[in-house]
Amino acid sequence: MTLPALTPDLLIAGLLLLPLIAASTTVLTGKWDNLRDTLSIATGVITAFFAISLFRHISAGGEASLSLFTFAPGFTIDFVVEPLGALFALVAGCLWPVATLYSVGYMRGAHEKNHTRFFFYYAVAIHAAMGIALSGNLLTLFIFYEILTFSTYPLVTHKGNAESVASGRVYLGILVSSSVAFLLLGMIGVWSIAGDLTFVPGGVLADRLDPTYAPILLALFAFGIGKAALMPLHRWLPAAMVAPTPVSALLHAVAVVKAGVFTVLKVVIYIFGTDYLLSTGASVWLVWVASFTLLAASVVAIQKTNLKARLAYSTISQLAYVVLGAALATSIAVQGAALHILMHAAGKITLFFCAGAIYVAHHHSDLRDMDGLGRRMPVTFFCFALGALSIMGIPPLGGAWSKFMLMIGALDAGQTVIVFVLMISSLMNLYYLGQPVIRGFFAPSSDKEETLAEAPLTMLIPIMLTALASVLLFFYADLFLLTFEGVAP
Amino acid sequence: MLAHAPILQIIIPLLAAPLIVLLRQRDLAWIVAVAATALSFLFSARLFLQVAATGEPIIYEIGAWPAPIGIIYVIDSANALVMPLIAGIAFIVTLVGRGMIEAEVDARDHTLFFSAWMLTIAGMLGQVATNDAFNIFVFLEISSLSAYALVAMGAGRDARALPAAFNYLILGTIGATFYVIGIGLLYMLTGTLNIGDLAARLPEIGDTHTGFAALAFIALGLFLKIALFPLHFWLTPAYSFAPSAVSALMAATATKVSVYVLIRLLFGVFGLNFSGMDEVGTLLLWLGVAGAFAGTLAAIWETDLKRLFAQSSIAQLGYMAIGMGLMSSAGLAATFIHLVNHALMKGAIFLALGGLAMHVGRVTMSSIAGVGRQAPLTVAALLFGGLALIGVPLTAGFISKLYLIRAQLDQQLYVIALLTVISSVLALVYVWKIIEAAYMQDRPKDAVVIRETPAMWVGAWILVIATIYFGVQAESLVDAAFRAAETMLGDAQ
Amino acid sequence: MNLSPLLAQWNYVLVIGLMMIGFYTVIARGNLIKKMVGLNIFQTSVFMLYISMGKIKGGTAPILTGDATTVYSNPLPHVLILTAIVVGVATTAVGYALIIRIRETYGTIEEDEIISAINAQDGHQDAS
Repeated sequence: MTLPALTPDLLIAGLLLLPLIAASTTVLTGKWDNLRDTLSIATGVITAFFAISLFRHISAGGEASLSLFTFAPGFTIDFVVEPLGALFALVAGCLWPVATLYSVGYMRGAHEKNHTRFFFYYAVAIHAAMGIALSGNLLTLFIFYEILTFSTYPLVTHKGNAESVASGRVYLGILVSSSVAFLLLGMIGVWSIAGDLTFVPGGVLADRLDPTYAPILLALFAFGIGKAALMPLHRWLPAAMVAPTPVSALLHAVAVVKAGVFTVLKVVIYIFGTDYLLSTGASVWLVWVASFTLLAASVVAIQKTNLKARLAYSTISQLAYVVLGAALATSIAVQGAALHILMHAAGKITLFFCAGAIYVAHHHSDLRDMDGLGRRMPVTFFCFALGALSIMGIPPLGGAWSKFMLMIGALDAGQTVIVFVLMISSLMNLYYLGQPVIRGFFAPSSDKEETLAEAPLTMLIPIMLTALASVLLFFYADLFLLTFEGVAP
Repeated sequence: MLAHAPILQIIIPLLAAPLIVLLRQRDLAWIVAVAATALSFLFSARLFLQVAATGEPIIYEIGAWPAPIGIIYVIDSANALVMPLIAGIAFIVTLVGRGMIEAEVDARDHTLFFSAWMLTIAGMLGQVATNDAFNIFVFLEISSLSAYALVAMGAGRDARALPAAFNYLILGTIGATFYVIGIGLLYMLTGTLNIGDLAARLPEIGDTHTGFAALAFIALGLFLKIALFPLHFWLTPAYSFAPSAVSALMAATATKVSVYVLIRLLFGVFGLNFSGMDEVGTLLLWLGVAGAFAGTLAAIWETDLKRLFAQSSIAQLGYMAIGMGLMSSAGLAATFIHLVNHALMKGAIFLALGGLAMHVGRVTMSSIAGVGRQAPLTVAALLFGGLALIGVPLTAGFISKLYLIRAQLDQQLYVIALLTVISSVLALVYVWKIIEAAYMQDRPKDAVVIRETPAMWVGAWILVIATIYFGVQAESLVDAAFRAAETMLGDAQ
Repeated sequence: MNLSPLLAQWNYVLVIGLMMIGFYTVIARGNLIKKMVGLNIFQTSVFMLYISMGKIKGGTAPILTGDATTVYSNPLPHVLILTAIVVGVATTAVGYALIIRIRETYGTIEEDEIISAINAQDGHQDAS
């Protein structure tokens, strides 16, 4: 599938520019709905091709970099693709057109307003996610990280009512405060210590940072990267559920949150270095904080009856998996964490898509109203079940592999308790994700209607695509297993 | 002609002042003002390019009397950076401020208004260009006296401008007089008023009570002028009750010039190794932090937008003070960077506020409710200015933060760095209150309907574009700032 | 206590005395005209500082006599102070102009009465 004329740096440029092109065409063709949306999806499909090409190139051992301009003395905006970045770009690039198709269906089906504004900021957010994925130094990443925050704000407050404005305040407040107060400080700290912010395999801090300070610096990053939703900085994620479901699906199950954990993983591998963390034990505290978030978020999820809220807390829990893997810092744990970015994205987006479909078809958002709905929306609920199984980590769904690797990675690091933490979490997942499926199919419905009433096709197709992807990822997981330079096996 | 550029950039506005009074015609007054500021800007920009290219300072002897007998102007990397900034902003505000002035100042006073306007600009440029300590005082007073009058012109709109101007007069004069006392003590010690000469002679004879007292008086006088906490109380009333064009000009330039003068005296005359400089540094550091918090917290509670941004200025000046207090080349460079960036950001914000004020009168959270849809470009300028204040990447404000915090971490001042970022985060609160009021609320039915005209946003957007430019292409500014810092610190680093 | 150094430098004592009287008046007095007067006294003390520093022991007026052995007092501080006096006069003029306008607007030149008048107005303005 590699287009022969495209060189790696053109692929990078394309991945960055295509979403911006989509944003421009959206604004220019705003009045003609179908043209506007078709162009959006078409651009998304091209982006997916670019992302796949880039990933294959990097997996085969190739290199790709693009340097833009000098920002300030000693700082360039440049892009250097390494396996993790290529994977994240792949996730964002492939899921974007799928989510756009879904959004078209949702926005029309739910009679939302201001579609042009919506799709514009949607595209800009993907551009920002690409920038994060492909960044070659911490400064470039930080810039795109902030762009992502600000470009998703109008999406969170899309409805314009008092509730969404208030949630927007929480969203912006937590994400900007954490990034300016902690992430910026950590970043400048690294600059001060290492003199440079380039990502280097094996990290830049070994021999430069006194190990007593390493946990503090790591904490600045762990809590500064608010998008990773580590407790107690997680509140923005349930607050953001007030946005239309396509936003929750693509951005808050995929782009924004994955940008967060991606950044954590990237910083762990390329700034701190896994060897440095293992030898100094600077990340052991993070293992426990991540475990706590993992379990606590699951407990909260069990108590939520609003489906999107339950999914939001499930996401917080699953993000903690990735942070956990990063904190364990063994080779398998890190690989498992990277794989989980992919698996969780496919699974979670399916679940959110289903939640939106249920809302559009039946205007239900609370689980108590969804008894028996599975019989009326069999495709939707079946796909929901597939996505749920992936999150639970049950074969033959993709999530099984990443969870398995995280457990092995924990054993590798000598943290056997973590294996139990992961198992308990799986049990809780089973309960709170299984419950909607069981009740949907087997419980008697309150309104006694039994006619088939699925969501529109524009929504069903993406749901089926992502559910299928979750299954296929189980069988083709080895294609996505990354080896990192500088991480000793 | 170009050989006389150093003096011409000051003389032209200075002569424009009486010319305007003689011409007595409102439109001509404005045209002369625009022309004078344009020429000043061209000359100062030319000087900057020349100094940047050669790296050598340009020395201009007034009346061909050599230093230290005569007064000389020395244009080196430090003031070559500041002068085009002042002149440029003066030009833009003069150009676009006409509408604001017409809306707020009585028509009969326009010629005198513009005359005072030219005097204040000439005074500011003179303070920056000169290399004679007493000459600084003269230009300082020229600039300040006309500023007091300009602030008082706001009385047409809000009578509180009068007590504000009076307070400003009292405190400003005290500050200037302290400065003169300090200069007098220095003269007693060294027998010279030339800055270069003072710097050369002070190290040998400076370690005396007289020298220490001179440092204390000069520092204190200038602390008052830069509105360093707790000497900042004059600034908020003066900026908020002055006419909008005056607020825009002064918020962007006046305090920056005083920051420059403080840097020149502290580092260019006394130098890092002077006894007592450590204490001055500590004062600057902690009072700067206090100012950053005091200003930001006060701004959060304000509903009047001009007052809000005046309080915000106090916080930003606090950051500049912190940069100075670090007593390092990196810290001083950070101060210079923030000096330029803040002038651009605040200029844009106050011009946008002035544009809105032309229609809504008093600019408060309630009077701008929903204005985002009626005046999109003007409010967008306000938004970008606000984002720059928070320090969002791709704006100049981010660059300032980057270098300031780096300078702090380089000196292991972790607590100060943390306090700086926290106060910076707090700025998000008041910026977002404004964004929400302007964009997310509905415009009340009985509110003034604004029809947006270019006069409202052109000036603000020029400065916004400059802010974004320096946020994306920071290299030239950062290099210039580091050169300025090194020039100022000389050999003692 | 040995007072002779203090008496020998009586000019500085005078300067500081005037300075403090002026400064105190500015700060402690609420009447605006008194503040201006205090400011003037404060500034005058600085003039005294400069002028007195210019006097050289045995120096005569700084006008060239043609005699190479004449000791002159330093003329530079005189020049500086002329400038400063002009500045002081201008400051006083602006200050009094402001006081007149304040009187016209608020009917008083007592600082505390002005502040209470402003607060009363503010209450009305903010409520509107």
